[in-house]
Amino acid sequence: MSKKNKKDSSRRSFLKNGFSLAAGTILGGGILAACSKEQEPPAPGDKVKVLTADGKLMEVERGHALCCNVPSSVEVRKGIPGRHFVMVIDLARCRNARSCVSACNKMHFLEPGHEWIKVFLMQDSEDTTPYWMPKPCFHCDTPACVNVCPVGASFKRDDGVVLVDNERCIGCKFCMAACPYSSRVFNWKAPSFKVDAKYSPTSGVPQVVGTVGKCDFCPDSFITGILPDCVTACPNGVYFFGDKNEDVVTNGVESFRFSELVKEKAAYRYMEELGTRPNVYYLPPVDRRFPVEEGFENMPDSIKPAYQVKRAHLKKFKI
Amino acid sequence: MNSPELAQKRLVEIISRCNKPSVLRKVLFSFFLLVFLFAIYAFITQLVKGQIVTGMRDYVVWGIYDVNFIFFIGISYAGAMISGILHLLHVEWRKPIIRIAEMITVISVIIGPVFILVEMGRLDRIFNIFTHGRIQSPILWDVVAITTYLSCSILFLYLALIKDYALFRDNTELKIPKWQRYFYRKFAATYSGLPEQKKLLERALTIMSAIIIPLAVLVHSVLAWIFGMTIRPGWHSTIFAPYFVIAAVYSGTAVLIIAMWIFRKFYHLEEYITEKHFKYIGTILLVLAALYGYFTFSEYLTVWYGSQSWELEVIYKLFDFTDYGAWFYLAAFIGVLVPMLFVGLPFLRNINTIMIGSVVAVVCMWIKRYLIIIPTLETPLLPLQDVRPEYVHYSATWVEWSLTAGGMATFCLFFMIFMKFMPIIPIADISEAPENKEFISEKL
Ligand code: SF4
Ligand code: SF4
Ligand code: SF4
Repeated sequence: MSKKNKKDSSRRSFLKNGFSLAAGTILGGGILAACSKEQEPPAPGDKVKVLTADGKLMEVERGHALCCNVPSSVEVRKGIPGRHFVMVIDLARCRNARSCVSACNKMHFLEPGHEWIKVFLMQDSEDTTPYWMPKPCFHCDTPACVNVCPVGASFKRDDGVVLVDNERCIGCKFCMAACPYSSRVFNWKAPSFKVDAKYSPTSGVPQVVGTVGKCDFCPDSFITGILPDCVTACPNGVYFFGDKNEDVVTNGVESFRFSELVKEKAAYRYMEELGTRPNVYYLPPVDRRFPVEEGFENMPDSIKPAYQVKRAHLKKFKI
Repeated sequence: MNSPELAQKRLVEIISRCNKPSVLRKVLFSFFLLVFLFAIYAFITQLVKGQIVTGMRDYVVWGIYDVNFIFFIGISYAGAMISGILHLLHVEWRKPIIRIAEMITVISVIIGPVFILVEMGRLDRIFNIFTHGRIQSPILWDVVAITTYLSCSILFLYLALIKDYALFRDNTELKIPKWQRYFYRKFAATYSGLPEQKKLLERALTIMSAIIIPLAVLVHSVLAWIFGMTIRPGWHSTIFAPYFVIAAVYSGTAVLIIAMWIFRKFYHLEEYITEKHFKYIGTILLVLAALYGYFTFSEYLTVWYGSQSWELEVIYKLFDFTDYGAWFYLAAFIGVLVPMLFVGLPFLRNINTIMIGSVVAVVCMWIKRYLIIIPTLETPLLPLQDVRPEYVHYSATWVEWSLTAGGMATFCLFFMIFMKFMPIIPIADISEAPENKEFISEKL
């Protein structure tokens, strides 16, 4: 009992310091990046570096790091006290490299074509520029999906994260109809990957047939100070993840004060007028680093048909 | 001849007419049974392989299961609204047809929710609704409303049956199996036609019809709100609840007319279900068609005029002939105008045209429900990209069609089974003196 308490408190203090350390020094950001670069699913002997409460870098077995932090069911539903997780996505840096998509799919054992994060080719009107827009779940503060769930399988935590409990979900799909951003996908058949892990809503693994899945902000990672996989996988540093309360976001290499970043770069939330109050902010696609066509260049043939459905005013691209 | 004797005579006559062995009925029964069994096979396939065997995918998450659900709940309005309202108004001519109407209600309220169950990904966890239910969810409202509605409809049907069961109990002429007699004896309670009993029963029926009308309105409103509460084009409409209610009464009335026609034809009930009934119910159908057309017009006009781009995307899918246009015009115009013309124009109006008009109305109402659900789901806010092409358009698979056919077959099967236990004409009622003389005139 006392041992458990100790463990709990040490974890909490670690969390308390984790992101500020990362933000405090460039080194810290580097460490976060270093410790989460692996996109492999946990395997025995797979070491990860984690940041301890006093700022030291430690190497532990990845499975071990996760196992010791498996939260109780109450914690799973409440989240981490005092936190408010946010993501900032810099549209100027995205070129549809799709590393985020494959990293997330790999990490969560998702079937191909069953993405939790999607990359859209957007063009707001005929005269404006087309750009790539990655879209995870927005973890809305007034989530339509949570409101309509008849059994509380979708829930909003105090730390801002919206999760799905696949062991409670009855598969009514009401949440999918209600989410205006189409963030949710359904497990139409039994997963073909055999995963040797006990299911938890925070890991989202393994997939459960007949239930709903969606981007979960990777709580099992950030609880150990590791950034979500899409963030670290992105070669262009598009994603910044962090804590709004602590006012820090980082993409693993650079860290910013959240409030300054969104102010300076005139961040916006997608379709704010729907009243869903997302926790994902977009930095407008100004001074884009890559021409939009580049997004098609390395696109595997299997993905191409997925981009052939277009909106009326979208410029014609040769895919 | 006083009324109990007359009633007994009619009972013998009607029951022997309805129970006459017929090859057609056996063939039909076996056919429906086969369709039903095939639906069971389809359902097991879905259970084993998962919903991948349906046409539903990540964008179109609800398919024709939901269409059928709304459709059957809509049909149930026949008994609730038509017989409820006519009962409250003491309309004398209602008597021969209310039993059919109430049977439609009970049967369709039993079948409808089954479609919601097969639509669930995890039917095995259905009890989570009771153990973890959240009252904030419109689905919970639906569960509460429909279960109440079903119990009230059964009660309504049963109360109206008591008198007939008493007739069966007292009958000595008919050959009724022992267990069935026992069943009648139990269900007739101790009703023996005493004036107090009659009054009590009458009062109970009046109360039930007063309860069942608002309940029916509520059930379909809640159903409409499942769609209306989401912020999606084509669904997020303030008139959705009344629109659904009108659509439901419309389709329920049409199904009632079809059922009346079939029973009249096959069981030679011409003296009970007369042309007059078709014309009266037909007139109700006409009024409802007009109302429904008005709602449709008002709904689409405002959305189209407002021209919000997301809304327009759905509207154009509906208006465009290369998309859903043909279906939309069929459902919105043919489905309203044909029944109206057939009932409204005196030279077109007869039993058969009214029945054809009703078939058109029922088919079109099914299509309209399809058009409410599918095009909206096919039109997400964000573009349909980075998604497998086969996810973009919905088309129902053999599993879904089999289950749909199974639902319709079960509807007919239930009718055939119910008929074994309850006379389709409320014999005791029609043999009684008119309850309100003022309403009766020669013309009626
Ligand atoms: S984006 Fe959709 S799924 Fe995610 S929290 Fe918001 S409403 Fe729910
Ligand atoms: S599909 Fe699952 S998570 Fe979504 S509303 Fe239904 S029960 Fe809730
Ligand atoms: S935050 Fe995690 S779950 Fe969400 S898209 Fe990124 S990797 Fe996937």
